[in-house]
Amino acid sequence: MTTTSIGSGRGAARRRALIGRAAFAGPGLVYVTAFMTVPLLLIATYTVLTRGRFGGVKWEFTLGNFAKALDPTYLSILGNSLLIAGITTVLALLLGYPTAYGISRLPRQWQAVAIVMVVLPFWSNFLIRTYAWIVLLNSEGPINSALVSLGVIGAPLDLLYNRGAVIAGLLYAYLPLVILPVYAAIERVDPQLQEAARNLGASKARTFWDVTLPLTLPGTMIGAIFVFVPSMGNFVVPELLGGGKTVMVGNLIRDQFLEARNWPFGAVLALSVVAFLVLLFALQAMVARRINSAGPRA
Amino acid sequence: MTPSPLLRISHLSKRFGQTVAVDDVSLEIRPNEFFSLLGPSGCGKTTLLRALAGFEDPDSGTVTIAGESGELDLLRLPPERRPINLMFQSYALFPHMSVERNVAYGLQRERLDRAVIRQRVDEVLQTVGLTDKATARPAQLSGGQRQRVALARAIVKRPRLLLLDEPLSALDRKVRAEMQLELKRLQHEVGITFVVVTHDQEEAMSMADRIAVMSDGRVEQVDSPVDLYTRPRTVFVADFIGTSNAFVGTLTSGGVMVPGIGMLPGQSVSADAGPEVTLIVRPEDIRFAPTGQAVLAGHVIDVQYFGGASTVAVRVEGVDRPVLVSCQGTTTLARGDATGLAWDPAAAVLLEA
Amino acid sequence: MRRVGWLALPLWLTYAFLYLPIVVLVVMSFNASKTPYAWKGFSLQWYRELMSDDLIRQGFINTLIVAVGATVLATALGTLLAIGINRYVHSALVEAYSLAPAIIPDLALAIGLLATFALVGVTLGLHTVLLAHVVFGMAFVAAVVLARLGHQDQSLEEASRDLGAGPISTFWRITVPGLMPAIVAGALLVFTLSLDEFVIAYFTDGPSTPTLPIVIYSMVRFGVTPEINALAALLLLVSFTVVISAQRITKLTDAL
Repeated sequence: MTTTSIGSGRGAARRRALIGRAAFAGPGLVYVTAFMTVPLLLIATYTVLTRGRFGGVKWEFTLGNFAKALDPTYLSILGNSLLIAGITTVLALLLGYPTAYGISRLPRQWQAVAIVMVVLPFWSNFLIRTYAWIVLLNSEGPINSALVSLGVIGAPLDLLYNRGAVIAGLLYAYLPLVILPVYAAIERVDPQLQEAARNLGASKARTFWDVTLPLTLPGTMIGAIFVFVPSMGNFVVPELLGGGKTVMVGNLIRDQFLEARNWPFGAVLALSVVAFLVLLFALQAMVARRINSAGPRA
Repeated sequence: MTPSPLLRISHLSKRFGQTVAVDDVSLEIRPNEFFSLLGPSGCGKTTLLRALAGFEDPDSGTVTIAGESGELDLLRLPPERRPINLMFQSYALFPHMSVERNVAYGLQRERLDRAVIRQRVDEVLQTVGLTDKATARPAQLSGGQRQRVALARAIVKRPRLLLLDEPLSALDRKVRAEMQLELKRLQHEVGITFVVVTHDQEEAMSMADRIAVMSDGRVEQVDSPVDLYTRPRTVFVADFIGTSNAFVGTLTSGGVMVPGIGMLPGQSVSADAGPEVTLIVRPEDIRFAPTGQAVLAGHVIDVQYFGGASTVAVRVEGVDRPVLVSCQGTTTLARGDATGLAWDPAAAVLLEA
Repeated sequence: MRRVGWLALPLWLTYAFLYLPIVVLVVMSFNASKTPYAWKGFSLQWYRELMSDDLIRQGFINTLIVAVGATVLATALGTLLAIGINRYVHSALVEAYSLAPAIIPDLALAIGLLATFALVGVTLGLHTVLLAHVVFGMAFVAAVVLARLGHQDQSLEEASRDLGAGPISTFWRITVPGLMPAIVAGALLVFTLSLDEFVIAYFTDGPSTPTLPIVIYSMVRFGVTPEINALAALLLLVSFTVVISAQRITKLTDAL
């Protein structure tokens, strides 16, 4: 009698937990599966199928799409994308890290304001922000007319429709994404660790190099990934600011789906971008584990 | 004759906005002593410590430290150039470095030879008993082990002065007692002057040669543990160090006249105690007495037995707080019993009210 | 003060970089010139033309429909999901899985959804955009609410149960009010994100119901008019107002 009641009591608790799990997490998890996992798996499947004549796929197995991606034409586009995304990421770090550091050294009440100021442009329309650079860099635009009227240059410079403009646009789009995680990482560093380094004889610069930088490396890598990966997949900025001359992986994927109608090949390219993301995150996790086996902070 | 001081703090003050954290503090710390800064949280002891280490700029005052070539103005030096090391309350071990790299860090900053660093790190790890943990990360260590690493990292620099900020507070009770002895032993062994900041009077009393009791940014009294206990100079010190019973009254030739209670035994040792005094008497100096010899009478409201001694709380008519009496072993008194209390006039301390 | 000195340099550089294009755009929106670049004098004519542009008005309505729908659905699903993960699932893997849509490259998600919709045979339109926006919106809401749940004292709910309230009453009277700032912050986040989202909408929308970002894209691509400057200035105003008020109401930075 007693054993059965205990048994059923425990069963009831387990049943309640199950109901809770199903009622709360269930709908969301089903949704993510249906609208993220299934689509991504479908794309993965498409990579080994044959292209349909009017888009879509024929269900015939092939490895030709991967072979096509290794064609020099496409490899050079991939290389170009990596280069542009890489330069953008380096510039974002060079500007973003010192900015995040500067913000972390402001008085408390100003830090929140400074962070909002960084994030604010990010919340405005991305196309509008990209468009602003067309206006800014145009041959009749404010930069050129200012330089001409100041007599710095004789004739307007070709600032638009080149690789530099694309990098500027990407940097503009994603700079806040590097500042936020770096700022969060700097804030998490226990100031006593920096004081300990000073106390043991390290100068301010030395302290930064030995303590602050390594401890903020995982956060900085997150920021770098947040700039690098979307830069590679972006097709709007290369199109609007690169003037079609700068083709990146993003443009290629867009074209495969909407113009060339080669979905399997587009799938291979898109999956390569996702693979980059996964790879970089794995690398970040490895570095974070190496550096931050810190355990609980006292 | 006292030896010339190692560290001389004079008229040091530091305020944060409206609050005065350190208020005109003057202290002298002697070479090779185990000194303690004791006070409740917020009394300014940590600010004082941080000012010595160079992490707070005092508003006024000077700090000098005896060096090979005369006295050194400490406040003019940046933190990294001060011949002082600090053991942080949280230990502040670098989580991304192994134990030996943590310990070697300070020596590397002195640009010492690799072999010398190697040797000194090995030595100090042996001293603190962590040779087998040299390659471990701080996260892999227990609380007590981390504390030893923090200590090793500081003493390996052979500073003239080692500051320890609440060194035992992060440890559990049992380890703490062990580390108290360990700290004492190490201080003896390495011959470095220790300044320990703590809020735990037991800790300070059991370890320190001399203690400065701080309250509200001021130093109340600097003395040996025994003198602090037996001859407190302020009511705050009497109250903070150990347990005491206090009565406020007027000093007369026959004792202290306490309104509503009567004449209590006590005698003035110094002439400057005014007519208004606080009489302090320790629980162990009070004895139970038959009605005829008692100076106070009341009834027992609580009896506690702990560590071979009993503490009896006695409610006395006219006194706000129960009078605490401690006696060896167990007692036959029980709740509700009526009893009389008495003490020798010499056992009572009279302080300015 | 002197110490902040050289650290302030990158700060100013960043702010100049972030705000210069925006300022130029807003100034140019009051430009009388026919080309959107060179300054010819003050005028409000582009704002007037903007108001009478049917394509833009319809695009704006379409965008609003998607944003409101996606916000409602994503907020409900995301909040439940966060509570479910925090209280019943306790798995870092499930948490990472739920938040993944916020990090997956939008282009990959967009073509995946396009392929899926095509395979199932769904006609593309505002409803498909809405369904697509819910998936990343939900992840953002869940992230914000999870952060809040991390700070929240669970003993409040235990106290409520101990005092005799049932699980449902406890949920509505204790859990939800405690999470409200995070839920509102999450909802505003999704609304702004959906309002501005282009890539996923571009792939999952039908040709007859373009959202505003799609309209802007074709405008910018096929002919620049100063009208875009005016539209840009208005959109900036809307975005900034929403974000700043969200900041003030909910202290967004704390929740994040």
